[in-house]
Amino acid sequence: MNSMLLILLMGLFAGCLGAILGIGGGMIITPILTIMMGLDIKYAIGASIISVIATSSGSTIAYLKDDMLNLRVAMFLEIATTVGAIMGALLVGLFSSSFLYVLFGFFLLYSTYNMIRKLMDKKGENVYTGHDPIVDKLNLANTYYDKSEQKQIDYSMKNVPGGFIMMWAAGLASGLLGIGSGAFKVIAMDTIMKMPLKPSSATSNLMMGVTAAASATVYFFNGSIRPDIAGPLAIGVLIGATIGARIMQVLKPKIIRMIFVPIILYMGVQMVLKGFGVNL
Amino acid sequence: MHEEMRKVELIIGKILRIGVVTSAIVILIGIALYFLNGSGYANGFPTRFGTILSGIVAGKSYAIIMLGIFLLILTPVLRVVVSIYAFYKEKDKMYVVITTIVLVILIVAMLLGYRS
Repeated sequence: MNSMLLILLMGLFAGCLGAILGIGGGMIITPILTIMMGLDIKYAIGASIISVIATSSGSTIAYLKDDMLNLRVAMFLEIATTVGAIMGALLVGLFSSSFLYVLFGFFLLYSTYNMIRKLMDKKGENVYTGHDPIVDKLNLANTYYDKSEQKQIDYSMKNVPGGFIMMWAAGLASGLLGIGSGAFKVIAMDTIMKMPLKPSSATSNLMMGVTAAASATVYFFNGSIRPDIAGPLAIGVLIGATIGARIMQVLKPKIIRMIFVPIILYMGVQMVLKGFGVNL
Repeated sequence: MHEEMRKVELIIGKILRIGVVTSAIVILIGIALYFLNGSGYANGFPTRFGTILSGIVAGKSYAIIMLGIFLLILTPVLRVVVSIYAFYKEKDKMYVVITTIVLVILIVAMLLGYRS
């Protein structure tokens, strides 16, 4: 009873944070389950993949009509991510995973630097509204209502091929290394494609659920998903994500970025160290 | 036209909500049963359709939780399916095609997952 309650509370927190940032929450759940509760890593990974789906689906149902989400961007980029994930799963063993950890870890550290620079920028969160032939052709420009600024924000984006390649790499990383790729998805949209942070987070949320659904079936049928852990966790994360999606709407983009920075810094350091054989 | 799109979006929102809430209710029923009768298994838990189904028929809590988790895994698939419908209603052929490609890749990946 106590451990189920603890798992549910952990899910509540991970789901809430995940829905605000557009990340899966595996980085919170895996260490707590393995280090604090002594669970085998296999079951911890199974539990965190369920948490990714619950975060995605929980934030989807927070609103009947989701204006924050960019469905066209999500589906177009989803092709890159799922193809990357399948390739990754098929290529496991062909690449040195330590090299990949170091590579992706340094990319996260570089993104941390970029995000800090953006936070320091006195102009604040400026929205890109220019035209781009690919964006126009794919009809990707959109609009959302920002509750914290109380205004409608029209936005466009650029560098779609760059974002597409990044999404493919994010999928590849999740397939090869078994790591969630929510942070990489947010970075692809926010930093590479210059989408505003809130739609980036909401769109990443939808995408990571779709990507995780594919790998979750593997874990489900090979027995990595334990009902006594994934069950209460799913309930906690679903509730947490519905709350988080509502909090995200009223937060200022700058605040969301300030929460995002230490998290990707931590993830980056952890991955680089893991590449060099040090487990945090 | 705009009014109709709004209606489609609301219907989609409701379908998704029903899907997610159903999976949550099934998991909760399983957890409640677990506290009443235990897991229903001497050790381990069912992971194939056949054993899960027979477990549900026998009212075993772990089998019911596994069903709820499987329904939760299907909710993103439902999301993709209703998105195809939304683009179809918007008469956006390009995105009906793009989203259908996503659905096909997803189903292929899931089938690979079941076979492995």
